[in-house]
Amino acid sequence: MRTALTVLRKDLLLELRAMETVPAMVLFAIVTFVIFHFGLNRATIEGQLAAGVLTVTLLFASMLGINRLFVAEREQGGFDAFLLAPVDRSALLVAKAAALFTFLVVLELVAVPAFGLLLLGPPLGPRLLGLIPVLALADLALAVIGTLVSAIAIQTRARDLLGPVIGLPLLIPALIATARGTGPLLAAHTSGSPPGKWLAILALYDAVFALLAYALFDFLLED
Amino acid sequence: MADTPAIELRGLTRHFGERTALRDVSVQVAAGATLAVLGRNGAGKSTLLRILATLLRPHSGDAIILGEPLPRRAFAVRARIGFVAHEPLLYRDLNGRENLRYHARLRGIDDGRVERLLAAAGMDGRAEEPVRLLSQGMVQRLAVCRAVLHEPELLLLDEPRANLDPAASELLEPLIGRAAGATRVLTSHDPQAALAEADLVLGLKDGRAVFVGEPGQLSGAALKDLYA
Repeated sequence: MRTALTVLRKDLLLELRAMETVPAMVLFAIVTFVIFHFGLNRATIEGQLAAGVLTVTLLFASMLGINRLFVAEREQGGFDAFLLAPVDRSALLVAKAAALFTFLVVLELVAVPAFGLLLLGPPLGPRLLGLIPVLALADLALAVIGTLVSAIAIQTRARDLLGPVIGLPLLIPALIATARGTGPLLAAHTSGSPPGKWLAILALYDAVFALLAYALFDFLLED
Repeated sequence: MADTPAIELRGLTRHFGERTALRDVSVQVAAGATLAVLGRNGAGKSTLLRILATLLRPHSGDAIILGEPLPRRAFAVRARIGFVAHEPLLYRDLNGRENLRYHARLRGIDDGRVERLLAAAGMDGRAEEPVRLLSQGMVQRLAVCRAVLHEPELLLLDEPRANLDPAASELLEPLIGRAAGATRVLTSHDPQAALAEADLVLGLKDGRAVFVGEPGQLSGAALKDLYA
């Protein structure tokens, strides 16, 4: 855990210094909301359509973070430096997933209110509490699968292409569960709590991929 | 135990796809000795160092480092080796102190050691500057500091004095020179400088060991042939 925290701290410091990933994700999300606004030709949306727009936008924005997750390690020798240390290699998986999770939370802190302002018909305030568990579980899926996919893609020459090509299909079940869990929350009349069934599916999906990533990650770092 | 060689390689072979980077290389290095690995670009020097550093697996042959067989005991070996690679292995957007503290924390080393090394390398006055703004020589000083943070028993030095001026080279002597007291494996773009430091020479040509012996046994013609 100490190693994972050390790597996470370094990653967050690098992002604070370089500001290369999170601002791009935020900007992408906001521009996409504007594009949806004009593309759908509707002033406001609600319910399942709103959930779909929000979920898909966050998913695509996350791809920017996923693509860049291991770039510093590859281009600046971070992989070699880490592999030279006598530490558990899965600490890198935990740290990278935690870094991506943090980036996604920051993204949503800006993008969700922006979505409320730009597109959502019903007021966002009463819906926020219900959105938190759905988005947290969706972020966990994005973080775990994104880290795994990024670690695979970074080893190849076509890394910018491979991330979305492998990542998006793997994330379809998480996308469905997130959109279905969010839909009732964004309807005009809502109880304010997300459907438990979709939360359970997301949690199960997170657990399965966390175990899979843990089992595979060491192998991905071998030469 | 005192007679156990620090490095024992038997028939070491490594391929990259169709290309054989190292072929049947065997050498033994006593503890505390310095091995100079000579050969022109692409001879296999860096591949050999990366295998010794546990970053690459040999495809056949045996590599026993500090009494531990690779790759099975790579984890134990990593705690005892220091590697100055071709690349500095430092993050460009972090400053020197942050980089070294990161590596120190990975190895459970206190920040005091970082400060002592920065001072020893003459980098304490520039430790707050991002690595991307430093000269190549200064980056190399930090790379040396990173490699010796944990006082390794075996130093793997791939062109350790690249980009260093004579004053900086002298400054780093206690860290990576014979005075450091570690077993050393070094490559250099300057074969005469490497020979001057070596107890043993391994000459590589197209991945094969064409010379293994003491520096005095390497004739001028043989040296020239290594770089032909």
